[in-house]
Amino acid sequence: MGLENILTESLPEVLTTRLDSLVNWARKSSLWPATFGLACCAIEMMNATSSRNDLARFGAEVFRASPRQADVMIVSGRVSRKMAPVLRRIYDQMPEPKWVISMGACATSGGVFDNYAIVQGVDKIVPVDVYIPGCPPRPEMLVHAIMMLQEKVAKESLRDRKDAPEEESRHAVLPGTLPVTDQTTREANVVPESRPYTIASRHERRRSS
Amino acid sequence: MAEEQKSAQKVAPLPLAQLVAALKREHPEWISEVREALGETTIIVPREHLIELCRYLKTTPGYDFNMLVDICGVDRGPEEEPRFEVNYHLFSTVSYHRLRLKVLLNEDDVHVPTATVVWRTANWHERETYDMFGIIFDGHPDLRRILLPEDWQGHPLRKDFPLRGYEPYSLK
Repeated sequence: MGLENILTESLPEVLTTRLDSLVNWARKSSLWPATFGLACCAIEMMNATSSRNDLARFGAEVFRASPRQADVMIVSGRVSRKMAPVLRRIYDQMPEPKWVISMGACATSGGVFDNYAIVQGVDKIVPVDVYIPGCPPRPEMLVHAIMMLQEKVAKESLRDRKDAPEEESRHAVLPGTLPVTDQTTREANVVPESRPYTIASRHERRRSS
Repeated sequence: MAEEQKSAQKVAPLPLAQLVAALKREHPEWISEVREALGETTIIVPREHLIELCRYLKTTPGYDFNMLVDICGVDRGPEEEPRFEVNYHLFSTVSYHRLRLKVLLNEDDVHVPTATVVWRTANWHERETYDMFGIIFDGHPDLRRILLPEDWQGHPLRKDFPLRGYEPYSLK
């Protein structure tokens, strides 16, 4: 308090703030989503960026097809078990800081597809920050979820968001690259190597523990 | 070419019932039963003669079943004997006839000769049938799973497969 008063009097052009809040303000004001449209929820996601709902008002309209350029993964739709390793791989390719929105009943809990082919909730694969109910949710709900995520981003600390060290992540098998056999898998008697699919990034490990 | 088309148009294709009757007369050992239901004709074929019959139906003039529309498996349930069926849906682009071939299989011997030697399109259909029912097509060039992940356990369209799978999903 006292220091700030002295600073503003002696240096009127200088503004003081916490580094965390400054960086978080920058982060939350331009969230770049990675599209992960898997089903009908993706149509609502597209509509959220359209002129009527205009996600650009909240700085989150730049959908990137490359995970390397994205901050938020919006999982919109049902995740099949075959898609699950691919989804995890896309998530791993996103640089920190990264967040996940689970959009719709299917991504959140499997929805009506309570069967062998569908992963019962995308939070079994990646850590989810905001869940959106609905089948499908309206674009307004996605906009609301983005705003909730912005509030969450504003409360975080810089230290939470670090990638797993490269040395560590080399031990993981790249998801989606199961050994391909030259003949039929029925005949091939391959014993799978017991390596982890993926190494959890630091904030993920902290959350699950 | 134009004359060939004209001559082909002149000869009206025989009705399907006559074709099946002629087939039964010439090769009775290929056909164990013919079923007519709901305007559809089904021939139940012994497994040994399946490929001969397929090749004959495809190449013989007058039959010309040059299109394999679908192959699908059927599980009648673990208590039934024979338990499995494999159905071949044929179509002729010449006479517009449709025909179904059916092979019945016991549970302890789910082997069928591959139809890829007759119709190339059978390749993926047979992979799907293997994937879903575990029916093994002998002589298939590449019998791998096609829809499910490669490390999947079991065959989900079998009646005794639990609806939610054998174990909850986890990447770890």
